[in-house]
Amino acid sequence: MSDPTVRVAERLEPLAAETSEGPQGLQSRAATAGEELGREVGAVLRQSGLKLDPKDVDYERRDDETMIINMGPAHPATHGVLRLMLELDGEFVLRSKTVIGYLHTGMEKTGEVLSYLQGGTNVTRMDYLSPIGNELGFSLAVEKLLDVEVPPRAVWIRMMMAELNRMSSHLVWMATNGMDLGASSMMIYGFRERELILAFFEKTAGLRLNLNYVRPGGVAADLPDGWEDDVLVICDTVEERSYEYDELLTGQPIFRGRMVGVAPIAAEEALALGVTGPLLRSTGVPWDLRRTMPYLAYDQVDFDVIVGTYGDNFDRYAIRLNEIRESARIVRQCLERMPSGDYRTLDPKVTPPPRARIDESMEALIHHFKLFTEGFHVPAGEVYSAIESPRGELGCYLVSDGGSKPYRLHVRAPSFVNLQAVPLMMRGGMVSDAITVVSTIDPILGEVDR
Amino acid sequence: MIPLPPTAPPGVVTAESLAADLGCFPTREQYYELVKSLKDDGFEMCVDLCGVDYLEHLERALPDGVPGTRFEVVVNLLSLSKRQRVRVRVQAGDENPEVRSLFSLYPGTEAMEREAFDLFGVLFGGHPDMTRILMPEDWEGHPLRKDYAVGKVPVQFKEAPGPR
Repeated sequence: MSDPTVRVAERLEPLAAETSEGPQGLQSRAATAGEELGREVGAVLRQSGLKLDPKDVDYERRDDETMIINMGPAHPATHGVLRLMLELDGEFVLRSKTVIGYLHTGMEKTGEVLSYLQGGTNVTRMDYLSPIGNELGFSLAVEKLLDVEVPPRAVWIRMMMAELNRMSSHLVWMATNGMDLGASSMMIYGFRERELILAFFEKTAGLRLNLNYVRPGGVAADLPDGWEDDVLVICDTVEERSYEYDELLTGQPIFRGRMVGVAPIAAEEALALGVTGPLLRSTGVPWDLRRTMPYLAYDQVDFDVIVGTYGDNFDRYAIRLNEIRESARIVRQCLERMPSGDYRTLDPKVTPPPRARIDESMEALIHHFKLFTEGFHVPAGEVYSAIESPRGELGCYLVSDGGSKPYRLHVRAPSFVNLQAVPLMMRGGMVSDAITVVSTIDPILGEVDR
Repeated sequence: MIPLPPTAPPGVVTAESLAADLGCFPTREQYYELVKSLKDDGFEMCVDLCGVDYLEHLERALPDGVPGTRFEVVVNLLSLSKRQRVRVRVQAGDENPEVRSLFSLYPGTEAMEREAFDLFGVLFGGHPDMTRILMPEDWEGHPLRKDYAVGKVPVQFKEAPGPR
């Protein structure tokens, strides 16, 4: 047997090399050029020329005075496989960088070999907490290229499902955020209420998570019998309990201590970074695509756009809590005003013939077969359609060459862009605040990496 | 269709664009100046930037006076004050695609340009950190290119020998 200490050293070095992502990770200051250093310390609005304030003393900080540590990719508070590299001075964060790609599965490439009908099963897996949002963005883009009119009932079903999904997504956020801050009862409550919504999804679409419910031309199935009662129960329960969460968290000193005034971001910085969703609204910019660039029938329902003031963690919490209530308000209006009619377009270009016709008509059978094997052809062109997902602007850039599969499918994922605010929001905070920063940005890594 | 801002570089081709208020087709030289003039004109946010590889459609339909190249960089700008969207499609080149980085105008394009570089190999001149973002640093090739096969490359592990 050789000396045990030597063996330890031999084993450690290759391990450290294996986890290195090379230049993608946070480098030492000596190896980081001006603009990149400015980005990592969060100097977003001082990029041109990079004149750092003399008060930013750490600009001249030597490497041997600080420490670079890793958080993630397998850390429970990073909400997936996000890797954070932090440069610390004691317990304070000076620089930070996110390293992503650990969940990259090439979904945009996969989208190019799936037909438009199959595409929904692919995009629904991107933002796995709001599958309806992904499907909606994709379907709206395909419909714009196809120039297909969707019947009113389908529009209202889509809107109702999207809002239910927003509720469930924000409930998970409330739950995981509570968990990150040590409020683990909130964790249980959030997932408990979300279960109601998932059960309704299962009843409607047959699946709980990756629904593939919204499809080009309409939705996959009509609402089940008795859906009004289910939806009413969901709205009543979630609304009533949202006041209980309020009571549980909002005034709680420990919760407030970690949220109020922590990790602020200014409106100009958010705009420069392209940040959208609750993160942008927390800075006081009233930008919600449902209101400002309405799609579906959002211009026909009453709801408030919740806007913050200070851009801190607490504003983001308050926005999401209130958006749950606003979504319930929209769902109630959908419940009252749900039009009757078809749940998908009758355009034979995208919709198969009715089941009864297939028994008696050979052409109908062929048509049905062609639709599900070859798929429908979409006119050549390119389109960008955007919707307001629970995390921000979810855009779908679609290029068609006239075939039955997208030539290029690009999804503008809100979390991917929002994550760029991490260095800015972490700057000057403590390591414990880094947890709340990631939590209140609410990134979904499936969507970040696609 | 809205007009171009008066500060835009002369000779930029514009055309109707589906679901956008304006479509612009600048050359690589006009690209940065055009986006700068649009930003000064009130387009505060660059919502999206992505690459497209038109290898199979080099002769695609483009407005007159726009010679199509294999790679295209598509930028979607948003004006919150005017509630308008502009789509900028710049022809980035065939063999060694490169355009100027928008980082100094919109810091938020940092990750998106890195993604376009990673997946298409389009270089962005002046980008502070032109590294891969989704793929591992030692990955060979750019996966979203049309000459990069789908599902024919075995999963690469750090220890395993590479596919090529």
